[in-house]
Amino acid sequence: MSDRSRDHVLRSLRAATAGMTPVALPERSFTGVRFADVEAQFAKSVAEVGGRCIFAEDAALESTLLQLPAYAAAKRVLSRVPGLARANVERAELRAPRETWNIDFCVLPGELGVAENGAVWVVEAGFSHRAAWFLAEHMALVVPARKLVHNMHEAYERIELGSAGFATFVSGPSKTADIEQSLVIGAQGPRSCTVLVTRGPA
Amino acid sequence: MEHPEHVKHPEHVEHPDRAAAFVANGERLQWHDKSLWFVREKRDRASGVIPEWEELRALAAGIKAHTLSRLADYLEAFEAKATALGAHVHFARDAEEHNRIVHELLARRGITRVVKSKSMLTEQCGLNHHLEAHGIEVIDTDLGERIVQLRHEPPSHIVMPAIHLKKEEIGDLFHDALGGAQGISDPKALTEMARGHLRDKLLGAQAGITGVNFAVAETGGFVVCTNEGNADLGTALPRLHIACMGVEKIIPRAKDLGVFLRLLARSATGQPVTAYSSHFHGPRQGGELHIVIVDHGRSTILGREHYRRTLQCIRCGACMNTCPVYRRSGGHSYGVTVPGPLGAVLAPHVDPAKHRSLPFASTLCGSCTDVCPVKIDLHEQLLLWRGDLGRQKLVPLKKRMASRVAGWILVRTWAYLLLGSIARWFIPKLPKALAQHRWNDWGRQRELPPAPKETFRELYAKRRRTSGKAK
Repeated sequence: MSDRSRDHVLRSLRAATAGMTPVALPERSFTGVRFADVEAQFAKSVAEVGGRCIFAEDAALESTLLQLPAYAAAKRVLSRVPGLARANVERAELRAPRETWNIDFCVLPGELGVAENGAVWVVEAGFSHRAAWFLAEHMALVVPARKLVHNMHEAYERIELGSAGFATFVSGPSKTADIEQSLVIGAQGPRSCTVLVTRGPA
Repeated sequence: MEHPEHVKHPEHVEHPDRAAAFVANGERLQWHDKSLWFVREKRDRASGVIPEWEELRALAAGIKAHTLSRLADYLEAFEAKATALGAHVHFARDAEEHNRIVHELLARRGITRVVKSKSMLTEQCGLNHHLEAHGIEVIDTDLGERIVQLRHEPPSHIVMPAIHLKKEEIGDLFHDALGGAQGISDPKALTEMARGHLRDKLLGAQAGITGVNFAVAETGGFVVCTNEGNADLGTALPRLHIACMGVEKIIPRAKDLGVFLRLLARSATGQPVTAYSSHFHGPRQGGELHIVIVDHGRSTILGREHYRRTLQCIRCGACMNTCPVYRRSGGHSYGVTVPGPLGAVLAPHVDPAKHRSLPFASTLCGSCTDVCPVKIDLHEQLLLWRGDLGRQKLVPLKKRMASRVAGWILVRTWAYLLLGSIARWFIPKLPKALAQHRWNDWGRQRELPPAPKETFRELYAKRRRTSGKAK
């Protein structure tokens, strides 16, 4: 039955385009908009999408995070960035995704940041409880300054899709404007999104 | 508050009749118009900051046109890749088959509680009703969709499903349906109430259903864009993820996503990108992923040379936000899942007799075409439909006769000039009772303009004479 439907759909589509002049795939590569100061533009974009961008030294990660009231007050902290003393949720203790529901703060490494829209590429690799990324009350993403790119075209040049089962561009906190177009931050996912852009020791 | 029994649209849809109720409330009409125009302006700002915006549109249109010409090949490539990643791919010929596949997947696992993120396809297929009829609870998790679901209404916009409602009405609804306090109308407080309610539903869900914004043939994965993160929660918590997509959602390469993601949110809401653009490649650890690819009339549109470009649509809703008719008549007046200019060109393919009035719900101003990120010639499509519907004798006699008379006059200069001079003499003398008579559809809500003393031709001739003298 299902095979018949598959064949039927594909056959209908082929019949529909049978007499069509072939249309070439535009091959022109696109560089897209570039910014004079990619770091400044990234910080500006993160602010525009409702997030907060902080520049920090690698070594000062935790002290920078501690300036955030939500982090300082967080009881349960899950981190995929090593070296945070406050991280106290062990991945092993989470058996089912729903057990991540009471996490106050989640810190994730970002693979790259996009200056044109403040998006950070976050990849699920070897850690199944991605529910925590969205259930946590607050979120911080850590991106090295050298991993900032100008635009989405550049981003996709660097991304290896398919190797990760799940990956997402996160651009600011969860939000909605579904009620009379009033922007409300903290719809269903994290109520805040802080992006820490780090610079290694010189 | 009104609670229509069923979300189903009526059998026959006359846009002007259905718009009448909306238009009757002048204050709400103005408010609706302004809300949508606000979004249109945000779109202008967001597209204006991209210097290569026009090139980007051309590129997107080119990629889509190419993909449509080889749709079956790309779907096969996608199927092979997705299967290799561990997903199960199903094909459905129509809405009924789509609904049956989804239901069987749930029923076989004894699932009775499902969360769904926004999907125009499942809305078009009437999936919620089908599953509910089989005793399965379906919760729409997008806030706007949950609001209209609780009101037993269809969405009135594809991106902002509850754009037609005021915050006080949503407050009343949440009081009735969610047990919220009475008289709350602050959007922040209402969103907080919905957050608690939806998180409960998400934690208790046994399966998550999502739509698909873009499916990538090259990688076998797909992208879902939301601002709330509801598609992510709805698929990270339950074991089973069912993704439903129309055949036209496919794009060839991963790098094409760069083009479409830049266009989508900017065109839709004026954001540089949605808060979450999630890429799904295969099931989550310990989970199951099923992808249902649906035709449901799309191959018919693909086979119609002059209309096939409508399948390039990425469902941003920009054409609705800019449309002077949509903004002033509301989404429900269209009586179809996709309203506005896009809906008006899609719906007649399904049932031309039923939706014959929709292509006429347009001023043909071309604004929809101007904002379309994939360059669909929407106003041309609307005009094409008018001709086709006329030839199929589906246009009311009154309108057909009026068009024939106008056509006869407009190709004869002498008749046009003669009628013009008669009208200039006659119109100022026309009694209001006649001009605004209920039989005159055009006059009812209009004051007659003052007739000009001179015609454009006379003015033009005079200008030429005087400028000739000056030389």
